[in-house]
Amino acid sequence: MREVEAVLISHGISTCAGCALELAARHVMDVLGPNTVIVIPPGCAALLSGFGSETALRIPGIQGNLENSAAYAAGIRAGFEMQNRESVTVLALAGDGGTVDIGLQALSGVFERGDRILYVCYDNEAYMNTGIQGSGSTPVGATTTTTPGGKDRPRKDMLAIAAAHKIPYLASASVGYVRDLRKKIEKAEATSGPSYIHIHAPCPTGWGYESAKTIEVAKAAVQTGAWPLYEVEKGRTRITVKVGELRPVAEYLRLQGRFSGLGDADIEAIQAQVTEDLESLLEKCQEEECETRSVRAATTGDRDIGELP
Amino acid sequence: MARVQVIAAYPVTPQSPIVEKLARHVAEGSLPAKYMRVESEHSALSCVIGAQLTGVRTGTATSSVGLALMHEVLGVASGCRVPIVMAVVNRALVSPWSLWCDHQDTMAERDSGWLQFYAENAQEVLDLLLMAYRIAEHERVLTPAMVCLDGFFVSHSLQSVTMPDQETVDGFLPAYRAANLYLDPDDPMFINGLVPPEDFTEMRYQQLVGFESALRVIPQVQEEFFSKFGRRYEMVEAYRCEDADVVLVTIGSMSGTAKHVVNKQRDQGIPVGVVKLTTFRPFPVEALRKALGGARVVGVLDRSAGLGAPSAPVCLEVVAAVRDEGVRVIGYVGGLGGRDITETTVESIFRELLEIKDGRRSKPVKPWIDVRADAMTIRPWGGKAS
Repeated sequence: MREVEAVLISHGISTCAGCALELAARHVMDVLGPNTVIVIPPGCAALLSGFGSETALRIPGIQGNLENSAAYAAGIRAGFEMQNRESVTVLALAGDGGTVDIGLQALSGVFERGDRILYVCYDNEAYMNTGIQGSGSTPVGATTTTTPGGKDRPRKDMLAIAAAHKIPYLASASVGYVRDLRKKIEKAEATSGPSYIHIHAPCPTGWGYESAKTIEVAKAAVQTGAWPLYEVEKGRTRITVKVGELRPVAEYLRLQGRFSGLGDADIEAIQAQVTEDLESLLEKCQEEECETRSVRAATTGDRDIGELP
Repeated sequence: MARVQVIAAYPVTPQSPIVEKLARHVAEGSLPAKYMRVESEHSALSCVIGAQLTGVRTGTATSSVGLALMHEVLGVASGCRVPIVMAVVNRALVSPWSLWCDHQDTMAERDSGWLQFYAENAQEVLDLLLMAYRIAEHERVLTPAMVCLDGFFVSHSLQSVTMPDQETVDGFLPAYRAANLYLDPDDPMFINGLVPPEDFTEMRYQQLVGFESALRVIPQVQEEFFSKFGRRYEMVEAYRCEDADVVLVTIGSMSGTAKHVVNKQRDQGIPVGVVKLTTFRPFPVEALRKALGGARVVGVLDRSAGLGAPSAPVCLEVVAAVRDEGVRVIGYVGGLGGRDITETTVESIFRELLEIKDGRRSKPVKPWIDVRADAMTIRPWGGKAS
């Protein structure tokens, strides 16, 4: 008989075939280990919560409401703090709707107060669990059941919103780059303050591609610049996966049924936006690099005091 | 006093002095707790649920629209059987805006699965809070509790309060332990998952049993409170109801005025009494019937409108409680949005009740006892100020 590995998420849970959330969640749990408490709102990740008397998880957790995962997590952290159980990791795992839309207020509160929780958003770019309705994270041009003609507005830049709160660590991540993802989870866990990881999580059911192609789609998003992988650590922005020469964004869009209605002009416009966004991100990295150098020159003189705090 | 370790609250008039004081106690170190300055009432309750599930006693307080914003999360606390105790300072719900007292905020949550206690004065607020922890945390109850106090009439009036010493409180209220559901990596469980229709009814039924148990636990806790603190409480307080021809059922701070009127009337030889509801959830049916004694005409003064219902919320409960008792129940609404319930108001109710009892009147002149005659001409249909 085959030995089943003792994992924190049981095998055979009821996510769709090719679900990037499931893959992401397995890696997140694997990195964090059993000394973790999880908060999951209703949504696709609730398939981990379980049904009736069963759960897929070996760690303690609570399924909250849709908009308050961050608040539950902050309360749990406070409870452990008052009992000197600082070693417990408190994780919130929520989708894009529960994060960038209805959950934004509670999350902003956590960021501002500095509550030490790890908040992971798995972004499948729509309300998938309720039937593919458009969210604030649905990209421009994508069709959903509530944007049948294609979304006419760009997505919210949740990472920039998080960065504006000046939290100590935040990063984008992708299921197409698991090593990068795992490293970021490690860093986030070690952060003494709120940390935020936003994982691009392609969804075959909602995006309209074959379930075997999740990784291909995820990689294409990164390689075309549509989903750059970076982190902001103590205010310093750094690209974590450098992709070299970018592929045209059309190669990412054409893998997916949800973009099939786009004409050449639409794709050109998206390409222009992707290029502009990426350039401004790279500029930010360079500016901060320059600033750091000039600050270092101004403060260190001849002495080498290593990394600035 | 109750040794709460995590407090999460959002300021709302007239609750704000409570949380300001708590924040100060925490900052000064006289209360060893963490004060979470949350960004909404919704998050306040979410935070304390999360914290209490790790095994600490928590505290929060709210009012009016703040309680309304908590509505969704109230059900999580009660359904997950997290015995949180929350002070609610009663204030009218919008619209129109009002900063002042009525009971619509907590009455709107009477089916949220929380215990509800209503205080007549500041001493009762303290005492009911201490008892609420014991009742809510009782292993056969495990149900969160609201202690409701009238905005401004109780929350902002200067009253002297007998403070027990901490040792006596500790003797009454042992250290908190999460009894049923908890979040602990050493003993993992998943809380609040989806349940199928095959199980949902049974989960609700467990809550019902919790409320039924509370009806037995509350008197026990009140008895123990009396033995330790010397102040006696009952779920329903009968005030001078012996041989009363008519009785008025009250709730909250209006009870003090009503008792005063009863004293005056009794001095004139008019046999009237007051029944004060201290416990509204669970609704103490048997205790109420007993308290009403032989009165065959009973008035109920509600401090919330109960729009569209046959009568306002407290009256509905009283009617249901005495439906087989041959008692005539007359419902009144008064004191909305901070309007004072005056001696005159109470006197006119007693006068009508006595007339009804004597057969000189068939029904009240106006169930909205203190509504002004120009009600339909000021800002018609909620329209603009002239």
